[in-house]
Amino acid sequence: MTGPHRLGTGGLVDRTRTLSFRFDGKAYTGHPGDTLASALLANGVRVFARSFKYHRPRGVLTAGSEEPNALVTLRTGARAEPNTRATTIELFDGLEAVSQNRWPSLAFDVMAVNQLFAPLFVAGFYYKTFMWPAKAWEKLYEPVIRRAAGLGALSGQEDPDHYDHAHAFCDVLVVGGGPAGLIAALDAGRSGLRVVIADEGPLLGGRLLSERVIVGGHQGTEWAAAASAELAAMANVQVLPRTTVFGRFEAGEYGAIEQVADHLPVPLPGQPRQRLWKVVAAHTILATGATERPIVFDGNDRPGVMLASAVSTYCNRYGVAPGRRAVVFTSGDSGWQTAADLIAAGVTLVAVIDTRNAVPEVLAAPVRAAGVTVITGGQVIAASGSPLSRVIACDAGENRVSLDADLLAVAGGWNPQVALATHIGHKPVWRDAIAAYALGDPPADVMAAGAADGIYGLAGILASARAAAQVAMAALGHDAVLAPLPRADDVPHAVSAVWASGPCKAKAFVDFQHDVTADDVTLAVREGFTSVEHLKRYTTLGMATDQGRVSQVNGHGLLAAATGRALAETGTIRARPPVVPVAIGAFAGHHRGRAFRPIRHTASHDWAAQRGAVFVDAGQWQRAQWYPVAGETHWRQSVDREVNATRNGVGLCDVSTLGKIELIGADVGTLLDRLYINGFSALPVGRVRYGVMLREDGLVMDDGTVTRIAPDRWFMTTTTANAARVMQHIDFARQVLWPTLDVLAVSVTEQWATYSIAGPRARDLLTVALPDVDLSNDALPYMGAITLRWRGHAARLYRVSFSGELSYELSVPAHAGAALVEHLFGVGAAFGLTAYGTEALGVMRIEKGHPAGNELNGWTTATDLGLGRMASKKKDFVGRVSALRPALVDPARPRLVGLMPADGTATIRAGAHLLRVGAAPVAVNDQGYVTSACYSPTLGQPIALALLANGADRHGETVVVHDPVRGADVLAVVCDPVFFDPAGERLRG
Amino acid sequence: MRIPCPFCGSRDSREFVFRGDAAPARPALDAGEGEADAMFDYLYLRDNPAGHFEELWYHAQGCRNWLRVRRDTVTHAVAGATFARAGQAA
Repeated sequence: MTGPHRLGTGGLVDRTRTLSFRFDGKAYTGHPGDTLASALLANGVRVFARSFKYHRPRGVLTAGSEEPNALVTLRTGARAEPNTRATTIELFDGLEAVSQNRWPSLAFDVMAVNQLFAPLFVAGFYYKTFMWPAKAWEKLYEPVIRRAAGLGALSGQEDPDHYDHAHAFCDVLVVGGGPAGLIAALDAGRSGLRVVIADEGPLLGGRLLSERVIVGGHQGTEWAAAASAELAAMANVQVLPRTTVFGRFEAGEYGAIEQVADHLPVPLPGQPRQRLWKVVAAHTILATGATERPIVFDGNDRPGVMLASAVSTYCNRYGVAPGRRAVVFTSGDSGWQTAADLIAAGVTLVAVIDTRNAVPEVLAAPVRAAGVTVITGGQVIAASGSPLSRVIACDAGENRVSLDADLLAVAGGWNPQVALATHIGHKPVWRDAIAAYALGDPPADVMAAGAADGIYGLAGILASARAAAQVAMAALGHDAVLAPLPRADDVPHAVSAVWASGPCKAKAFVDFQHDVTADDVTLAVREGFTSVEHLKRYTTLGMATDQGRVSQVNGHGLLAAATGRALAETGTIRARPPVVPVAIGAFAGHHRGRAFRPIRHTASHDWAAQRGAVFVDAGQWQRAQWYPVAGETHWRQSVDREVNATRNGVGLCDVSTLGKIELIGADVGTLLDRLYINGFSALPVGRVRYGVMLREDGLVMDDGTVTRIAPDRWFMTTTTANAARVMQHIDFARQVLWPTLDVLAVSVTEQWATYSIAGPRARDLLTVALPDVDLSNDALPYMGAITLRWRGHAARLYRVSFSGELSYELSVPAHAGAALVEHLFGVGAAFGLTAYGTEALGVMRIEKGHPAGNELNGWTTATDLGLGRMASKKKDFVGRVSALRPALVDPARPRLVGLMPADGTATIRAGAHLLRVGAAPVAVNDQGYVTSACYSPTLGQPIALALLANGADRHGETVVVHDPVRGADVLAVVCDPVFFDPAGERLRG
Repeated sequence: MRIPCPFCGSRDSREFVFRGDAAPARPALDAGEGEADAMFDYLYLRDNPAGHFEELWYHAQGCRNWLRVRRDTVTHAVAGATFARAGQAA
């Protein structure tokens, strides 16, 4: 026997196997099929947690995912998961769990003194008490409150598990695998529709697993198992057990979380812990069932007070008696079923108290026959003892009785679970017949079936599920293949609306998880918070992790009573996703750490890695930043060497990451004229031109080069960062702005591997590397381009220069890139060919005053960057009109300048701001800022580029480089941004 | 949300890039007098209707077509989509 409360027989637990587990350090045993809650109840454990605000001892209220009380921290170490519902944790061998929100122990909790101050801790307490001073919130009140109130704590360690993402598309999504869900899925599946059926539990069957019913001549559990097996065998049906559909989104999209390995001690090798599903469904059947309501009375949170349906579940499904002496308190017929279950389980049933005066004799007679006291027209006034030991009740004549009991099963009616339908706006409506909110006029592709639609008799449930499936099939134009419905009996299932009983003067809880009492609701009403939305925000009713699934409607009932309105009038709130808490890790999926986003490698990445390159992320690309060689201990040594080697010999840089776009058509020149500020249509074949592109608002978008390969074939490069954006811009221009132009455009960034070979000896090297190519200035002048073949591959050679040196960019198909690099370095050894990375590239472009990403920052105009003269006056182009706006042509705008430290040695840092000498370092005196800075090995001193107000007219002036965060102020002299070879003689050599 | 791309079929909206209202038309090239005002209107003046709206989406992770998508801004219901290059085969 696993625990003194385990029944001798019955239940879906495997009694042949025993599992060991620990709760708060103490060892217990249970069986496969148990939940942590059922196993602890079997062992006689009754207190599971301390409450959020008052630290009251709490037991188990429910047997499902709506549990507000029994939250525990599951597992230890990095896998510790706080706020996990003991009612949904499948027991496994070696399970460890601890209770939360108590210190030093569950039995003795120091913070329970909060209860003594309970009259203070009413709704709105924080707003009223801690209004002043504001600073104290951060430093005093909030930390103290957060320690006193709250739930479990995170482990603070990295999650060792991984999470998967999956997609599913179906004709019909059936949410919930109870009797309604099974029938709907069987009907749709047998008819050939693509069906996904998801259920939060490990077994399909829903209430059939918890009730003693006959379906189609079989025990409910057996029928459910057979139906489940039939569904699993259908190729067109996907059964997702342990999967909770937690949200509905636009256009029939649903989010669902599959607990793949939560029932195992640790996931199997390669197995994700959970899988996030995105399901797209043409039609959805909500077979989500209904959640039982508690009733509000004094002490209704005592451990031992439990929902009647949960009591039945523990007896029937788990073979556990949650108490020895039970009282049933019900406002409808379903509580009598629990009474029968308790009698059948051999529990001493002390009394059944029904708030109604008339009870169907078919329900009451067997209970009476068992010698149980039956009180009709009565109510529970209070429950006392911790855990529960006494129930005070009264009969229709107001006569009080004191009942000795350790279990009080409460049946306050049912709330259809329609949260999913409300996620995208549907508002549930009140139905008097079932005393609950249910779907009114749901979206056309959503139907509720069974208890989710307020139908509680089993025969009615099966019929409603079939009807829903037929509606779905008709909507999809599909013929239905229907077998006769299995026979099931409807037992009486009337309900009445009872929200509270007794005086509710002490602690009568509406929201167990947030410790909201009946008093809080009346206080809110007294203070004018009379709408359901205000009530929610003022009292925090329904805002806990259980989303108020058991509490919300009782709160609305009390609100309606206090304001003299009908529940149809007060209305209810719309739920928001997720229905159950979902781990952030599940949303992240595999996108963590190195896999956070895709990584793009160039063709010669492995070659660079073998040479020991240090890589830097440039968007998704990884680029070689520098290539350290033996003896170099600081990155500057590598970069200075690479710059010097290129300026004095020859260097090679992988520039494959630049965006590359091929444009084809008769009107490409016209389009380019409209996209760039300078003209392109007259560009001859075999020539390259630098261009600047504006956004329509007149600011610079990107720069790059365009080569005319053939009369109707052009090749554009963009900056690495803007490749996708420029492609989008071109597509917008050719498809939306000027669709009549004959232009096709395609991104070829990944098709070409491109290497810049730069330096005074670049031509010498290439002459050897490409012996068949004429590289003379006549054949291939500066800004010229040729096509050639290298080892049979189509190749292109562009004579362009970013470094300011004699320079070629050689492109081959990406698959030949690594071979080309090997070839060039094989030949290049004789020339001292040096690989250089993005840092050396950056140094050389700063030396040449070329604007790059730091200057093309979305705030600068072409004129700001000294490129305004390029703008054509003869043609229109994107951004032309806006670039002429007064603020953009203001001569006082910051313009690109060079900076050199006045003492020739001081470091200037990018990001520092510029001030006039002697000006106070305040924003109003700001003259601009440093955009790019480096040490120039060519000049032997630090240099920088900056944007300086009126900069073009201030060359020679000394300014203060103000850098309060990283260093002291530095004096710098303003100069032309081109520090090196301003005449450009080297690149034309 | 899903968008019925006329080239690719019904696709997850995450494949698309949103641009905005499809109604504003870029002023003609060399509009001459008043072009600054016309450009200002085109760039910055936007209606923000609750309900039916035509907007431009770019199928960046798909066929790279610019689409005119008819969407209800209240419910996010997408009524349909056509190629933005009116009257032309994509």
